[in-house]
Amino acid sequence: MDTRPPGAAPIPEDDLHALVDGRLDAQAAEALRLRLAADPEALATVQAWQAQREALRTLHAGTEDLPLPASLVGTARRAERAHARASQWWRWGGIAASLMLAFGMGWFGSGQWAAKHGDRLARAEPARQFARQAAVAYSVFQPEVRHPVEVTALEQQHLVQWLSKRLGKPLKVPVLTAQGYELMGGRLLPGEDGARAQFMYQNNAGQRITLYVGAVKAGGKGDVRETAFRFLDDGPVPAFYWIDQGFGYAISGPLPRPALQELARVVYGQL
Amino acid sequence: MNGIQLVQQLPGLRRYARVLTGDAWAADDLVQDTLERACVKWQLWVPGSDLRAWLFTLMHNLYLNQRRAAKVALNSVNIDDLEGELQAPPDGSTDPLDLRRCLQRLPADQRAVLLLVTVEDMSYQEATRILAIPLGTVMSRLSRARSRLRELMEGRPPAARPERTRRPRCAG
Repeated sequence: MDTRPPGAAPIPEDDLHALVDGRLDAQAAEALRLRLAADPEALATVQAWQAQREALRTLHAGTEDLPLPASLVGTARRAERAHARASQWWRWGGIAASLMLAFGMGWFGSGQWAAKHGDRLARAEPARQFARQAAVAYSVFQPEVRHPVEVTALEQQHLVQWLSKRLGKPLKVPVLTAQGYELMGGRLLPGEDGARAQFMYQNNAGQRITLYVGAVKAGGKGDVRETAFRFLDDGPVPAFYWIDQGFGYAISGPLPRPALQELARVVYGQL
Repeated sequence: MNGIQLVQQLPGLRRYARVLTGDAWAADDLVQDTLERACVKWQLWVPGSDLRAWLFTLMHNLYLNQRRAAKVALNSVNIDDLEGELQAPPDGSTDPLDLRRCLQRLPADQRAVLLLVTVEDMSYQEATRILAIPLGTVMSRLSRARSRLRELMEGRPPAARPERTRRPRCAG
């Protein structure tokens, strides 16, 4: 039976859904209800769908109050950490990019300068950038509670093989036990001259230091194959660094200069 | 670092998983899989965008993949043999258990739209994003789901009435 006035347009079904789902504004909903009063079939449909909607919502209403299984919470936490790492990686990438830019500009600037004043200083610059990157990498990963390292010291042999392969140089992991530091593990990081390895150590007080290793190519005339120990004190944390056979090493950590120098000396002696 | 809060999304994810799968155990497995997927897919999430919608999309895609994978197994049971079990009694029902069964009787794609729109109270636009289908498809699936569920709950066989269309109905 249709009691609609003759000639009245039928109500589009999408409007019925929108009414049931509360997607119409007050005015449109009111207008539609008026039309429904004259269309029993459509009204019955709306009423049935409304009852259905309520029944479905009731059927599943209690779910969110159920206690969450520990396994799900654990995985959710892990996913949160994965996200934090992913965004840290972005941030780190941003820092690396800006460092690279600074490096490029500095290099260009000092290159100009070096043309007049000799290139001694210019050649030292990549080493300094290397040390800065080491300090940045330290400050990014040192605060990590659960994942300060990618591969833990438990897998030290694997870690060393892996990083050696990626850096293209057989690496040795210095032992700093006598200085109170135990190896936690390491991770692989990007650098502008290829991969970089970061080894993290921690002492009983929870103080962390890192050893950052990677190839350092100097631009301009001739590589910087060797440098003496240098101290970086304008990075996020202080660092002692040096270059040996084209490879850079930086010891970073929030330590007084003499303590850091002593660690650098021990590391150098073992490498 | 503004960490994201995933744990508070769990109740909503579980609820949707339960209505999708109709099974508490399967639902938690699906949520688990969704979280695992999020771990490796974070770079695809645009920070600041709707986290819930993104997770629902992951879950929905996983669900469909799993169903596809399980299709052979599902086909080994003829759904029509279960009709008496899955359908409400002939005089109709308002029993939640019947509703649960009838819901599982709906095709998965129709069920998904219906549940997003009702249980999750999402807009039709949100549903289009999560299911990656056009608005017209959302509306037609919603229509079929509502009509079919109504028939099932009223104990009516589907053949008893002509297929509804989304076109305005004819007068008379």
